[in-house]
Amino acid sequence: MSEARFKIWRGEGEEGRFEEYSAQIDEGMVVLDAVHQIQAEKAPDLACRWNCKAGKCGSCSAEINGMPKLMCMTRMDQLPEGETITIEPMKAFPHIRDLVTDVSWNYRAKKKIKKFKPRAPDTEDGSWSMSQDDVDRVQEFRKCIECFLCQDVCHVLREHDKHEEFAGPQLMVYTAALEMHPLDVEDRREDLKEEQGIGYCNITKCCTKVCPEEITITDNAIIPLKERVVDKFYDPIGKLLKIFSSADDSSKE
Amino acid sequence: MSSLNVLKSSSFGSTSRPDTWWLQPLVVFMGFSAFIAYSTWAAFQGAHYAFGNYLSPFYSPEIFGSSPHAIFGGQPDWWPGWLPFSPAFLILWAPGGFRFTCYYYRGAYYKAFWADPSNCAVAEPRDAYRGENSFPLIIQNIHRYFLYIALAFIALLAFDAYKAMFFVDAATGRESFGIGVGSIVLTLNVIFLGGYTFSCHSLRHIVGGCKDLLSGSPIRRSAYNCVSCLNTKHMNFAWISLFWVGFSDLYVRMCAMGIWTDWRLF
Repeated sequence: MSEARFKIWRGEGEEGRFEEYSAQIDEGMVVLDAVHQIQAEKAPDLACRWNCKAGKCGSCSAEINGMPKLMCMTRMDQLPEGETITIEPMKAFPHIRDLVTDVSWNYRAKKKIKKFKPRAPDTEDGSWSMSQDDVDRVQEFRKCIECFLCQDVCHVLREHDKHEEFAGPQLMVYTAALEMHPLDVEDRREDLKEEQGIGYCNITKCCTKVCPEEITITDNAIIPLKERVVDKFYDPIGKLLKIFSSADDSSKE
Repeated sequence: MSSLNVLKSSSFGSTSRPDTWWLQPLVVFMGFSAFIAYSTWAAFQGAHYAFGNYLSPFYSPEIFGSSPHAIFGGQPDWWPGWLPFSPAFLILWAPGGFRFTCYYYRGAYYKAFWADPSNCAVAEPRDAYRGENSFPLIIQNIHRYFLYIALAFIALLAFDAYKAMFFVDAATGRESFGIGVGSIVLTLNVIFLGGYTFSCHSLRHIVGGCKDLLSGSPIRRSAYNCVSCLNTKHMNFAWISLFWVGFSDLYVRMCAMGIWTDWRLF
């Protein structure tokens, strides 16, 4: 057993400061365990959102030593030994209290995205058939636990407050899951350009780095969506070829 | 919505990260700067770019030029007299444009040269931000056009590598197959550049990513799976091909200047 020192952000709204705490660390402990110990022994009023403690609910998102992480999935032995560990709330969202932020903007923005629109059923009983090959690509996106760490680290939201113009990487993943779905026939490319502001993404891949589910957000979701937007708006030769070949302009088969 | 950003600092570089977050953008900055400086210098030389059957990739294809590799002979008459001439000027815009608009390079140089951001969760020097949503960076969307040209360059460089395996005997004038160190250098160059080009995100989209249903098109599906596999190593190919294309020019240049000897393996 050893002792670890923490600097934890305390306060409400725009007011706040770091306060220092210490906790006894046992083998296998995660940061959330230490926060719970501090809550139990030293700061019972410390606000912290958590639920499953298994990296699946996405509730305990915070910034540990400056990087967005799930507190329940960050092992103490992964952090530099002997150095004070900083724990802060996510910075891309309005602060409520201590380590808790208001992430409701994400749900409001999600409602603006065009919903799943399947093609006509394949059989008379109203069912569809899909090949696993076609489903594989979008299954990765279904792993998203909506922890919003990717939204937090995205500099377009975090540094530039473009919440009105840019939906952020998490909602790009959600859109990609719909747009690339083998049954979906909706076209979201104009919305991606105009409403979701995909052009604001400058491909720094920070969202991919922090994703606890290891979704390859930039390469498999955002860039393929950018390419689909290029198909519709920035590729005149490609459009011309499609006219001559009488192909459908849509990316849908 | 206006986020409260309770801990946001306006000072450039502020972060709670205790690691050496500045090291990666610094290495990228130095790597890209070194390549830009060397390739610009090499392009302006206009000499020592061919050595026997070897042709520097910075000068290939040699459309007009003074070496035996030139397709249409020497400097064209229409070239403005006040403008220095180099065969590299006619072609380097194409691979340069392909790399400049590449998705990997964009993310890397936005960080290293524009600090937009310097690294993840590090404060930026500017409040204003337009991204690739408006002019000038909206032009990055032409990347696929540079890809089409880059694919043609791969074919040309492969032909150069093939020619680099046939040596003319000075005594008899006969051409015979052989392998020199330069043959290997130019062959590796086209392999690395091919890896970089065939792992391109735009190519991945064109061969299959643009479709939601690939199960009915086995060839398209195989091509998509193949490019997707290479795409996971796109960054590695970007760096190794960048270094090797520069080294290939250096190798041919040093041999042409008589500083290095091109050893024949057989």
